[in-house]
Amino acid sequence: MPGKRLVIMTGLMAVCMVFHMTLGTRGSWDFVLPFRGTKLAALLLVAVAVSTSTLLFQTVARNRILTPSIMGFDALYVLIVTLSVFAIGAQSYGTLPPMVQFFLSLAIMVAASMLLFGTLLLHRKEDIVRMILTGIILGVLFRAVNSFVMRMIDPNEYSVIQTSSYARFSRIETDLLGISAVLVLITLALVWRMRHRLDVLALGREAAINLGEDPRRDTVQILLLIAVLVSVSTAFVGPVAFLGLLVTSLTHVITPTAHHAILLPSAALISAIALIGGQTLLEHGLALSTPLAVVIDSFGGILFLFLILKRART
Amino acid sequence: MITVSNLTHRIAGKDILHDISLQIPKGQITALIGPNGAGKSTLLSAIARLTPHQTGQIMVDELEVGTSASNTLAKRLSILPQVPEIAPRLSVAELIGFGRYPYHKGHPTKVDRQKTDEAIVLFELDELHSRPLDTLSGGQKQRALLAMTYAQDTEYMLLDEPLNNLDISTSRSLMQLLRRLAETRGRTVVIVLHDINYACSYADRIVTMKDGRIGRCGAPAKIVDAGMLQHVFSTQAEVHIVNGRPLIEV
Repeated sequence: MPGKRLVIMTGLMAVCMVFHMTLGTRGSWDFVLPFRGTKLAALLLVAVAVSTSTLLFQTVARNRILTPSIMGFDALYVLIVTLSVFAIGAQSYGTLPPMVQFFLSLAIMVAASMLLFGTLLLHRKEDIVRMILTGIILGVLFRAVNSFVMRMIDPNEYSVIQTSSYARFSRIETDLLGISAVLVLITLALVWRMRHRLDVLALGREAAINLGEDPRRDTVQILLLIAVLVSVSTAFVGPVAFLGLLVTSLTHVITPTAHHAILLPSAALISAIALIGGQTLLEHGLALSTPLAVVIDSFGGILFLFLILKRART
Repeated sequence: MITVSNLTHRIAGKDILHDISLQIPKGQITALIGPNGAGKSTLLSAIARLTPHQTGQIMVDELEVGTSASNTLAKRLSILPQVPEIAPRLSVAELIGFGRYPYHKGHPTKVDRQKTDEAIVLFELDELHSRPLDTLSGGQKQRALLAMTYAQDTEYMLLDEPLNNLDISTSRSLMQLLRRLAETRGRTVVIVLHDINYACSYADRIVTMKDGRIGRCGAPAKIVDAGMLQHVFSTQAEVHIVNGRPLIEV
């Protein structure tokens, strides 16, 4: 049954992609196709990066409420970009090739998230409330430091980083599309190879050790992959708070299984349908009156509250 | 044979296990008994590498716990923890299938499916086969977990209070099954038991523990008497001998 649902969702995604490419086109196809094509590719990359990183995080944290963005991963990435601009200066930062900018942030991001979230996950007590609180406090801290630094730098520099601090789906910088695609594909290949190990990790630390896995080593590897995926998606569209939560919650409803071999593609498809379909609908159906990020975060936020309240009652 | 030598484990400056040396012979049922907080679970966790041990050495046959590859150990020794945290949405059959993971790494073969089916039949789980775990009663869940441990097909099985949540008929049939495994297939079972009468009736050997130390060890008939109960459990209970096995008055 999950196989059939995956096929249906693939079809739905294809429809969304066709609409995205063809709706309301004016002018020459030579311009429209590459222009919309790159945007489509970027949205796809972001969709898969967000869904996969969220699933991975929920598996290592053994919790379906926590997501990388709730734990402040993408706020951390934005902060790193701001701090680099602050440290180097907007002029010199601007002259760095985008590739260098990206890899600089990525390297710092991987190191910082290992340090922060690695210690949090490896020394955690099974205390979800404390994890959520820590994550929210970290997120608020990163955002607060970020806006503090933004206030300290001069207005010209501010304009360089302003765009990176907010979610945006309409204007996506595509300079980094090629290299990001390669990075994400490598990461996804590694995740796919781990799919059975993820099933075992989801059973819990003791069961995983009993079955011959090493949860400590695996947690570190998975955090690394999450850091790369979050960096790519944040570099493209900025922080998206609740997309991941929305996607994984739907995934567990549409394809209820414990097997990552099904969960991973299912979540990726749902995420792609939400992003590409949503963006197309807003651009052409509603004439872009509401940004997609606002819509997703409203639904996701309500879902988050619902999940927490439901958990609090049980 | 499992050989523990000079094992000490401290948490926050307190000795949970104090210089433990112990040999657990092959092909027998060894019962660990002792009051709450004696360190029985910690000892099992250390042998099964769930808790990394700090000083001392633990050998499972020729494999040293801590340095041997975890996957090799997973085919030699399995553990069922006391309160296993387990994914609630798994079906019974899926859970039991995970017992075969050390062998197939996610790509089950015909043999793996056979062993899974065998465990389902043996633990009388046929009817619950595709039920999700969170719809089962405590006893049914416990049986499913035991079946998973059985499917792992290891020479050594460490069971931490497996009779929790089980009624008398399930408890007895489980203990009889363990007896059969020990006698006919030479499996070694190390089991933490709270009910000493079960230990007396089914175990070949009893190891007593108190305050992180090993006390008297030996066949039930040799070591279970009023003096031992007084010393280990600080309780006065009469011991009768029925059919050559001690029976404790409760």
